[in-house]
Amino acid sequence: MRFSARTWKAGDNINTDLILPNRAFYLTPQEQTQFVFSANRPGWSDLVVKGDILIGGHNFGMGSSRPAARSLRNLGLACLVAESINGLFFRNCVNFAFPAMECPGVAAAFVEGDVAEVSFEDATIVNRRTGVRLLGKSMPAELRAVVAAGGLFPLLEQQGYIASRASA
Amino acid sequence: MGMTIAEKILARASGRERVAAGDLVTVQVHTTVLFDNNFMPNNWPDVRRIDHPDRVVVILDHRVPAPTIQAAGAHVTARKFVERFGIERFHDVGQRQGICHQVVADEAYALPGTILVCSDSHTCSAGALNCVARGVGGPDVFFAACKGETWFRVGSTVRYELRGHLRPGVTAKDIFLHIAGLYGAHATQNIEFGGPALAGLSISARKTLATMGAELSCEFATFECDDLLLDYLRSRTSAAFEPQHPDADADYAEVRVIDLDTLEPLVALPDSVVNNSRPLSEVAGTTIDQAFIGSCANGTLEDLHLAARVLTGRQVSPKVRLIVTPGSQRVYLEAARDGTLAQLVESGALVTNPTCGACGGGHMGVLGPEETCITASTRNFKGRMGDPSSRVFMGSPATVAASALAGVIADPRRYLP
Repeated sequence: MRFSARTWKAGDNINTDLILPNRAFYLTPQEQTQFVFSANRPGWSDLVVKGDILIGGHNFGMGSSRPAARSLRNLGLACLVAESINGLFFRNCVNFAFPAMECPGVAAAFVEGDVAEVSFEDATIVNRRTGVRLLGKSMPAELRAVVAAGGLFPLLEQQGYIASRASA
Repeated sequence: MGMTIAEKILARASGRERVAAGDLVTVQVHTTVLFDNNFMPNNWPDVRRIDHPDRVVVILDHRVPAPTIQAAGAHVTARKFVERFGIERFHDVGQRQGICHQVVADEAYALPGTILVCSDSHTCSAGALNCVARGVGGPDVFFAACKGETWFRVGSTVRYELRGHLRPGVTAKDIFLHIAGLYGAHATQNIEFGGPALAGLSISARKTLATMGAELSCEFATFECDDLLLDYLRSRTSAAFEPQHPDADADYAEVRVIDLDTLEPLVALPDSVVNNSRPLSEVAGTTIDQAFIGSCANGTLEDLHLAARVLTGRQVSPKVRLIVTPGSQRVYLEAARDGTLAQLVESGALVTNPTCGACGGGHMGVLGPEETCITASTRNFKGRMGDPSSRVFMGSPATVAASALAGVIADPRRYLP
């Protein structure tokens, strides 16, 4: 998994309720994407272009088990690279096949709008403007395999545990 | 080096001799709890096969009774699922209703030495019962329900050694606010609670502390097993279990001693509980519109008793809505039988049915624009309980009850004998 695109930045302790607020709970997964950061950065979801990369701060995704990672993926973001990622949120990144990597120093290394090159195989991120290259914490191969398969639901579907799903 | 409680339970469940921080393990899941959100159309994967239906529990709690057609639809899907797979441990809307983590404690569905998952972040609540339990994602619970296993990254463990006794008007919630204020987040770490003060901490108090572990972003929050817990469990279940104790030479990232005698009532300021606690005196006098006592953290009989002790013989300020939500029908019935509910209602509290309710801003006490609430529940994120412009302070049930009386954030010790 390799990505090269413009970056957006989010701060420390970004919580799940900011990504997927309660009032969007009953909407379809695609409709939920327009509420991402609606409380702290209104209008942002309209600016994201498919393939963009999100740079996060410490404890990104703290909070509830709601499928907030799915909203970031469905918004079109290619991946998340953050100083640190909340454990429960990280599970949902794996579950919903949204590539995510912890990388200390990444927040300071990027100004919003910089173009990043991310490699999940090498666990690296490069800032194309500055040339700075950082080494992140690699996602274990077992979990990368789940992401490559499209997340947990496709796996359960292949094994006959759940019905085939038109959307996820 | 030896192992901590969480490491021992994870080692047993993964069939390994030992595990250590940094390991990725696949474990057997002994109990999987599903709740109403799992059955909403945008989450429900239409399950066709389940390997171990006897390990699955279904509890409808977040929006009960159904406040919307969508919620009612999720309940219908849940009932069909329960019927199709013959799930015996089902808590529908009605006589067995309750917040899933309260029901898990009430019914002893979580057992010492075992692993429990649920896709609600406060699942760590069951750590009070010497269980390794945590909130996982929606797909994770379906994977665990279908196949009986899941994966965990093993974190390092911070042990809290509790000593002494809480003074009157100071509660387990204040212990939590002390930890959250002083030490902040515990991301990637397990929390282990033990020490001589445990004997004086009820299972309800332990449950408050374990539940609030979610707010510290910990992996697991697990209590040592002692006679108090064994007595509690034996009065509720005949199931066999093997408690797990930490090794004497367990490898802790840190051991932190807390002397309970030194603690005072604390309040967390709005938007986060991480590094955000203040002595009550610093925020006393702040005007409030709503006061809430409930949730999987503070909906126990003990919490209701404490609120009633503060309230009895006094009246809630006419400018404040005091909403009390018992954690389960079992708690509700016991509080009805012992007169606690009458005391609450006589003082002007509104007692709702058991549900997650106002805690998650779903129903039964949603905050309006610019309103201020003090809550004894789980979480105070911006907009959590309603409008994004509302403010949510967090304190103990005693502090919330005292504030409801005063109409402003107030010290409960002035109302307690």
